Amino acid sequence: MTTNTTNSAAARELNDELMVELRGVNKWYGQFHVLKDVNLEVRKGERIVICGPSGSGKSTTIRCINRLEEHQKGDIIVGGTTLNNDLKNIETIRREVGMVFQHFNLFPHLTVLENCCLAPIWVRKIPRKEAEAMAMKYLERVKIQDQALKFPGQLSGGQQQRVAIARSLCMNPQVMLFDEPTSALDPEMIKEVLDVMIELAQEGMTMICVTHEMGFAKTVADRVIFMDKGQIIEENDPHNFFNHPQSERTQLFLSQILQH
Amino acid sequence: MQSDAKKSPSAPSTKTRFWHDPAKRALVFQILLVLGVFAVLWFIVQNTLHNLESRGITTGFAFLSQEAGFGIIQSLVEYSESSSYGQTFLVGLLNTILVSALGIFFATVLGFIIGVARLSNNWLVAKLASAYVEIFRNIPLLLQIFFWYFAVLRALPSPRQSFQPFDNVFLNVRGLFMPQPMPQQGFELVWWALLIAIAGSVVLARWSKKRQDATGQLFPVYKTALALIIGLPLIVFWLSGSPLTWDEPALRGFNFRGGMTIIPELAALLVALSIYTAAFIAEIVRSGIQAVSKGQTEAASALGLSKAKVLRLVVIPQSVRVIIPPLTSQYLNLIKNSSLATAIGYPDLVSVFAGTTLNQTGQAIEVIFMTMLVYLTLSLLVSAFMNWFNTRMALVER
Ligand SMILES: Nc1ncnc2c1ncn2[C@@H]1O[C@H](COP(=O)(O)OP(=O)(O)OP(=O)(O)O)[C@@H](O)[C@H]1O
Ligand SMILES: [Mg+2]
Repeated sequence: MTTNTTNSAAARELNDELMVELRGVNKWYGQFHVLKDVNLEVRKGERIVICGPSGSGKSTTIRCINRLEEHQKGDIIVGGTTLNNDLKNIETIRREVGMVFQHFNLFPHLTVLENCCLAPIWVRKIPRKEAEAMAMKYLERVKIQDQALKFPGQLSGGQQQRVAIARSLCMNPQVMLFDEPTSALDPEMIKEVLDVMIELAQEGMTMICVTHEMGFAKTVADRVIFMDKGQIIEENDPHNFFNHPQSERTQLFLSQILQH
Repeated sequence: MQSDAKKSPSAPSTKTRFWHDPAKRALVFQILLVLGVFAVLWFIVQNTLHNLESRGITTGFAFLSQEAGFGIIQSLVEYSESSSYGQTFLVGLLNTILVSALGIFFATVLGFIIGVARLSNNWLVAKLASAYVEIFRNIPLLLQIFFWYFAVLRALPSPRQSFQPFDNVFLNVRGLFMPQPMPQQGFELVWWALLIAIAGSVVLARWSKKRQDATGQLFPVYKTALALIIGLPLIVFWLSGSPLTWDEPALRGFNFRGGMTIIPELAALLVALSIYTAAFIAEIVRSGIQAVSKGQTEAASALGLSKAKVLRLVVIPQSVRVIIPPLTSQYLNLIKNSSLATAIGYPDLVSVFAGTTLNQTGQAIEVIFMTMLVYLTLSLLVSAFMNWFNTRMALVER
């Protein structure tokens, strides 16, 4: 991986417009306090990497942003709209927020092309022809246009994950959420997915990525966030985060994952 | 075997022995099997012919045109004691088809409702649904038929003391008596209207899909089609001056005459078959829906699809393909189980043909052969339809 971090993150001029805002978000699973006062501001075009030990609430945090999980206290504001219990409000926000899952979750009964067209046709109400043309454009961007008529089961993991990214992009989202997009992949496929993500970042997409790919964090992240036990422990630009971690828990975590 | 396997890598390619070659071995087994089956068949045929000959029983299907000489309590076609055994066969066949078709319909509706109810977030609803499944799945079907027939329907009052839930509807130990609609001159128009409404709905669905492909706009097809199919015949019915009268049941002597009757034998068999099979269908539906992983719903919701569209476009198409094969076998079970009719005297095919007719004519081979052929044909027809439906719904997956 490249170590050329200087021109990436912190140096870039950032828009002031807030894309995603979490204010004092708290969540419980029964008695278990999963998220404790999580505060996060993500500006338009910003790339955030969230890392932390297993069970620290990383997935829960980003799943709250598109209401796959419901938080009990605090506010979540996406593109100026505050998330509430109104179904229409939730659907509106989900349209603007793309999500890529660890296990791809492509629809196995639809072809790659149909996977990509489904939401544009049924949610955005775009004519099929246009939707297909747009889908082909994004499939080309993730370099998988040749497989458009295959079914997901016929593709490798890396190819499936790239289709999943294209499927999200077809909705023209303002923000993309990634939940460990490469951790279910064989090592030789990780790079092809990371390359797509890096390209996406360079085009100015606002991204929140839960990942342990530290190379990716160093290359593209504007900010790295470390979570532990439901709290944000540390938040810094990649250079300082990796070279001068402040808290002991961060140091311990980094020493563990950088060992191998 | 093991030592053989260990040696083989070192031994430079010896020829495979005849009985070690799976293809040749399979061929030998198949030949042996076919020979065996033929030997058994030959033995059975020889034996039967010999027996028939020694007892002086006629063979052949001539008996079908002889007079049957017994009455049947329910027949969908004209039938009397002077009808032939051939007509007995037809009446029995239609009665079997009637109870099976109605049973499949009610079992499917009930089964789907209970299967979905088992997955409900409402604790009480989910528990009630599992209780239903556990109770009705685990009691022998014959016992359930007896329960509905003897404990429930036989315990109803006599015709003179009938329950009367509505005007002109009477429920008593002889059955449920209802007014029968009698279409008058001009009612055909209503049928035509229905036909046109159905055809119109098909055209509408095609048009709406085309329009969606071209412009992206959605059209409420289901609601419009429903309104069309119900509304158009009603309007035509009203415009043509309501050409329909009702034949109402009336108490004459000890029983009701006129109107439509559902005999208790049919009711008991139908209720028992539907309730019993619904318990199994509920389990099939529940596991079919659960077979679609939570990730599918999450991915679809994350794209902004509404709950209804997630179900319709993502969950149901995937669960249907899991549900249909076992559902088919439940339908086949229901058809075959309907032959328990004999136990309470519902005149199905087994009861009137493989029962009474066989006893009176003694022509066991022909009667049993025809009866088996009927069940086989019905089963194959249902399977073929369900397979066609499955391929339509499922299409390809790798
Ligand atoms: N549905 C649930 N019910 C109860 N507890 C849950 C549920 N989902 C998650 N948890 C718990 O919440 C905590 C946070 O889970 P989360 O998935 O957010 O962790 P994570 O940081 O993404 O971990 P990982 O790296 O393993 O994905 C974990 O301790 C988990 O056991
Ligand atoms: Mg996680």
